Amino acid sequence: MTWLRKRVLLFVSLLTVAYLMLPLLVIIVLSFNKPKGRQNTAWNEFSLAAWTNICRDQTICDSFWVSVRIGLVVTIVATILGTMISFALIRYRFRGQLVTNSMIFLPIATPEVILGASLLALFLNIYVPLGFWTITIAHILFTISFVVVVVNARLAGLDPRLEQAAMDLYATPFQTFRYVTFPLVLPGVVAAAVLSFSLSFDDFIITNFNSGTTVTFPIYIWGAALRGIPPQVNVIASIMFLGTLAVMALLVAVARNRSKTKVVK
Amino acid sequence: MIPYLLILPGLAWILFFFLVPLLSLVATSLQKRAGTSLSEGFVPALQFSNYTSALGEYFPQFIRAFLYAGIATALALVIAYPIAYYIAFKATKYKYLMLVLVIAPFFASFLLRTNAWKTILSADGFVVETLNALSLLPEDRILNTSVAVIFGLTYNFLPFMILPLYASLDRIDPRLVEAASDLYASPATGFWRVVWPLSMPGVLGGVVLTFIPASGDYINAQLLGSTNDKMIGNVIQAQFIVLRDYPIASALSAMFMFVLLIIIVTYIRRVGTRQLV
Repeated sequence: MTWLRKRVLLFVSLLTVAYLMLPLLVIIVLSFNKPKGRQNTAWNEFSLAAWTNICRDQTICDSFWVSVRIGLVVTIVATILGTMISFALIRYRFRGQLVTNSMIFLPIATPEVILGASLLALFLNIYVPLGFWTITIAHILFTISFVVVVVNARLAGLDPRLEQAAMDLYATPFQTFRYVTFPLVLPGVVAAAVLSFSLSFDDFIITNFNSGTTVTFPIYIWGAALRGIPPQVNVIASIMFLGTLAVMALLVAVARNRSKTKVVK
Repeated sequence: MIPYLLILPGLAWILFFFLVPLLSLVATSLQKRAGTSLSEGFVPALQFSNYTSALGEYFPQFIRAFLYAGIATALALVIAYPIAYYIAFKATKYKYLMLVLVIAPFFASFLLRTNAWKTILSADGFVVETLNALSLLPEDRILNTSVAVIFGLTYNFLPFMILPLYASLDRIDPRLVEAASDLYASPATGFWRVVWPLSMPGVLGGVVLTFIPASGDYINAQLLGSTNDKMIGNVIQAQFIVLRDYPIASALSAMFMFVLLIIIVTYIRRVGTRQLV
């Protein structure tokens, strides 16, 4: 009984993980399904058809590449702008810092419907045609804030004496940045970039307001949800999910390896 | 000079594409129709009746959004606390593995994950059949009920609750808990008098981060609920994209934002002051 009592918390936690993972299991399992009707929601028959022919319906793959292209532009712009803001906020003291800080967090504290709706109101009022670029503008807006949060965390934990030491050793400000600061902040910047891409790639609510006739991957799924989502969509989602997990595992392994060698030295 | 140059492009982006659009939204909410039909467009005006007519028509969806989001947030807190506590204090070796597992769902499509609950909660599925065998379901089903919508909201925003809770629990010095037990506090007293108050920043952050997206969500209500479970997000979406009655849609959005802001500020004030006492 005490054995059980000691482990109650563990069991509850594992149950919660199972709860979080259950839909992912369903997504992966149904990617191997041969649906009975149009709706791919119930198990029918094992089939590799979707895995061997992902682009059978060209619109699926087209929408996938639209999302990838938007995601890449968003990641590059948001990561650069967000990292710049983060450096200013953590490394400098300046007038208007508090206002800047709260301005950065406002988009995170606003529901996505409002972000999407207000941008649409602006685009309508100034007659901007909706499409690829309006989606990209909207995505950059809400990802910048997340980049700042992630890079801030990394920068704040960085010992400023490392940079002071470099300057003491006659490094120019540029050299200090290039050889000391930047490599140390890089993991945070990479994490922010990965986060921006996945936020942009998966966003539906804001995109739905500003997409016009452009079909991103989530927009395709939303449209397909009514008539039945083809298993090919599950294949793409499974590949992306398992791929990200693999990359994350790799990053953790590399980080561990590095910290080990540091100790040895 | 340097910090201003660094913040300028990013801040300009937020000003132009967040603050200006919000003003544009308010301006649109006061426009009136140019003719008798929607297709004739709208002209600038100060038609405040847009607000009253929008509220009159969509009051139930308004209330429902905050009600569903509130229940989902409370459920998420109850579900998230044990696992956050476990990761922070007990999962020594598997800490990062468990954190990865909590974050992992983010990397699979939100829409597909929500849709997957259709399979899990389907009428001939294991969950519904078991609950029906125990006659626990008043409507004999879960899908297309408010239960499914609240359940979906709880699921989708759970990581937003777990992560801030974990972050604040992780900062608590475990020796404080030991000190409490050294001073003859029972584990329960130790928890309620030491751990819970110290985790308040995490509770506050988690509640806000869960409640905001949950109240504005329309995906769960659309995919898992019936027409009687529509929330304010569904209405705003439909008005903007399908019906294209922009002034009404904007009025609804502005009111939603305003009420949400009041709720969040009131909540932060009350919890914030209690924390200081």
